[in-house]
Amino acid sequence: MELVVFVLAAAMVLAGALGVITRSNPVHAALSLVLTLFGIAVMFVSHNAHFLAAVQVIVYAGAIVVLFLFVIMLLGVDRAEDVNIEPLTVQRPLAAIVGAGVMGIIIAAIVVADDVLVTRGSGLLATTVEKPDDNIRQLARSIFSDNVFAFELTSVLLLVAVIGTVLMARRVKSNGEGK
Amino acid sequence: MIAAIQPTETWYLVLAAVLFGIGTFGVMVRRNPLVMFMCIELMLNAVNLTFVSLASAINDVNGQVVVFFVMVVAAAEVVVGLGIVVAIMRRRNGITADDLTALKG
Amino acid sequence: MLDLIWLVPAFPLVGFLTIVLFGRKLGEPFAGIVATLMTASSFVVVALTYFKLLSLPTEERHHVVTLFSWIPVGSLKIDMAWLVDPLSITMALFITGIGSLIHLYAIGYMHGDPKFPKFFMYLNLFVFSMLMLVLGENLLVTFLGWEGVGACSYFLISFWHTRDSAASAGKKAFVTNRVGDWGMMVAMFLAFTTVGTLSYEGINHAAETGGLAAVTATGIALMLFVGACGKSAQLPLYLWLPDAMEGPTPVSALIHAATMVTSGVFLLTRMSPVLHAAYPWAGDVIATVGALTALFAATIAVAQTDIKKVLAYSTVSQLGFMFLAIGSGAYVAAIFHMVTHAFFKALLFLGSGSVIHGMHHEQDMRRMGALRKVMPITGFTFIIGWLAIAGVPPFAGFWSKDEILLFAFANNRALYVIGVVTALLTAYYMTRQVIMVFYGEARWNDHSEEHGAHGDHTPHESPWTMLTPLVVLAGLSIVGGAMQLPFSKKTHWLEHWLEPVVHHAEADIHESWAYNNKWLLLGLAVVIAATGIAASIAVYAKGKFKKIEPQILADAWKYDSAISAFVGGPGYKAFDAVAAFDAVVVDGAVNGVGKEVRATSGLLSRVQSGFIRSYALIIGIGVVVMLAWFLVRGVL
Repeated sequence: MELVVFVLAAAMVLAGALGVITRSNPVHAALSLVLTLFGIAVMFVSHNAHFLAAVQVIVYAGAIVVLFLFVIMLLGVDRAEDVNIEPLTVQRPLAAIVGAGVMGIIIAAIVVADDVLVTRGSGLLATTVEKPDDNIRQLARSIFSDNVFAFELTSVLLLVAVIGTVLMARRVKSNGEGK
Repeated sequence: MIAAIQPTETWYLVLAAVLFGIGTFGVMVRRNPLVMFMCIELMLNAVNLTFVSLASAINDVNGQVVVFFVMVVAAAEVVVGLGIVVAIMRRRNGITADDLTALKG
Repeated sequence: MLDLIWLVPAFPLVGFLTIVLFGRKLGEPFAGIVATLMTASSFVVVALTYFKLLSLPTEERHHVVTLFSWIPVGSLKIDMAWLVDPLSITMALFITGIGSLIHLYAIGYMHGDPKFPKFFMYLNLFVFSMLMLVLGENLLVTFLGWEGVGACSYFLISFWHTRDSAASAGKKAFVTNRVGDWGMMVAMFLAFTTVGTLSYEGINHAAETGGLAAVTATGIALMLFVGACGKSAQLPLYLWLPDAMEGPTPVSALIHAATMVTSGVFLLTRMSPVLHAAYPWAGDVIATVGALTALFAATIAVAQTDIKKVLAYSTVSQLGFMFLAIGSGAYVAAIFHMVTHAFFKALLFLGSGSVIHGMHHEQDMRRMGALRKVMPITGFTFIIGWLAIAGVPPFAGFWSKDEILLFAFANNRALYVIGVVTALLTAYYMTRQVIMVFYGEARWNDHSEEHGAHGDHTPHESPWTMLTPLVVLAGLSIVGGAMQLPFSKKTHWLEHWLEPVVHHAEADIHESWAYNNKWLLLGLAVVIAATGIAASIAVYAKGKFKKIEPQILADAWKYDSAISAFVGGPGYKAFDAVAAFDAVVVDGAVNGVGKEVRATSGLLSRVQSGFIRSYALIIGIGVVVMLAWFLVRGVL
């Protein structure tokens, strides 16, 4: 059963990823990204990370991708870029090599360390994830006690990001039509 | 028979690695800045998947805590990044990443 | 007293500086008087030093006066120091003595010349350099003087620089000297690398005690001889000396008869232990070159018509004799001949200058004649100089030449024969000169119509400033031989005086056939001289035989034109090639480095294309490399 879920989710993820990199129309690419995010959310669920799956859908797919689409529409960049031409001739082959290289190295690392993956991890804080409805509780306990400092920082980060972006992207009205 | 095969953590990790590679390739190849951003999101998602897989493999919830924070920071990053994109690309239409050549030297 | 030796070069230096600063204000004749007084004062100090040395026992006649430490660099320690010993004082005596006489003479000779003060400025500078040369305690101080006299020779030869021939003669002298200087520099380098010092004491001590290998000693000696060939006008490098007659006659007398050209002889004598420690064939080389030069120059002098050119070739010939002596190990004889030669050659030059002055700057002997009646004192003193150089006893030249021939016979019979033939020729051409100038018919009016309105063309006697030095030098030429008479050990006065300097290297011929039969050889020398004189009288005075003056001798065996053709043709091309090599290879290498750097940086700047995707790509490549490295490190 888990196998079927895995195969379907993997198919969604990969199809979406390939769609993002190949579709010339940015709106289509954004929709492919949504497909990928859904696939990832499914995989989160199969790992018993229910809260994260929900957050993934709401924040990533619901907010971030929507933001992408807003900007696309705002700037009128929905004109398709021509993916067939490539001004830098050496770029595509080398990028393929780099992508394949990164992929290959990480897979090699995983395969090599396969047997020690679990044993290395055991011995850390043994906060177990047993019953599904405990997940949020577990998570909350961890965030608000052990990692509360990081939590506070991220909230400051969000504030700063919002203020900064508003400042950066506003139109300066000093002499009529500014930049 | 098929139901007997259980996807081990390795499979998820390998999938995450593949997704990461695809994202890297996409960043270098696409010229539209917004699509380049989306490819970066792919890479971040691959990382998230890795963390969650490992968290369940070693029974440690801290992996999921990390993913939580990654998502927060990713959101902030997208906000700022899109703000920059808007600021640059409002001037003229049809700008691609290749037109931003002020660093040439 | 010995510590006051610094005064000796200081006086001419003060004279030089005074005339540099105030020459034009002093004008004629005070500039000349200042210069003469300075040189004479040096002579006084040298004479006093000489007497002081005489009062010291023989072993103590060696005193070093250090002024300051000149070059203290690591293991190289060279001081500005002077060496007071018999050899240097002998040289200083006749340099300052004859120098003062010539300064006095020049006051009369250069009368009316617009550059009168400049002449004496150069003369004093020359005396200063020459004194540094002979008084130096180490090779570098000597080299300082060596270069100085070369430079002054250039200044003085081309003194009348508006004349093309004078200017090029000066250049020729300087360049030829330079070729010889290369030899001296190589010798200095050799000496320093093997012995570690440049001081005479150090080098000679090493040579005497066997600290100098025969190979090195030969190298040093032969390289010094190359330097001496340049300065003292021996066979390959003699060709500047006849052209140097373009300079005023006092210059010819001082520099090219008495002092500068003898510096080669002085240097080899000073370094006699080194020559002694060299292979025996080194001495033979020097003696052979000297003898051949003597013969070569004597043959040329037979056919010259310019009164000064005859004397110039004569000087080359006599210098050849001196090197013959050195090569045969007869250092005392070489110095003896050097001193007597200084006396009579200076006398002859000054006399010819008086003739030229009296003949209103006519120098061709074919237009002279019967001048004895019109210029009696000049004629009388000139005749004394002639007798001295021809080797007629009891004049000075006879004793010194005979001494050289004695040692030559004991060393190498062939060279002796060459020496004898040269002596014969010397007597012959000098007699020829005396007859053509002072006897015979007066030919000076034959071309007076062609010269235009000169007015009264009769030659006249010279003023007292010019005649006094002539008389003094004539006196010295008569009695100068008394320094080293061969009669007995007691009369070998010069040999005793120079013993501390040359005793180690002086050849010992007491057992040879020549020494035991020296009276025979002495008589032979007298016969040779008489034969030469008689033959010349027969040809030129009585007209009994035809004159033998072949053109090839007048052209100096075409040696000069051969050298010019070589240097002007292939030599020039070779030098052009060297210059081109320097411009292309050396400069090219230096500029090429710069060009390469620019090209490379140009290539590298293309990396910064401005495309952010390329930057991302390169970052990606770096990440892959790092990850691979970590993986490999972890796996292996």
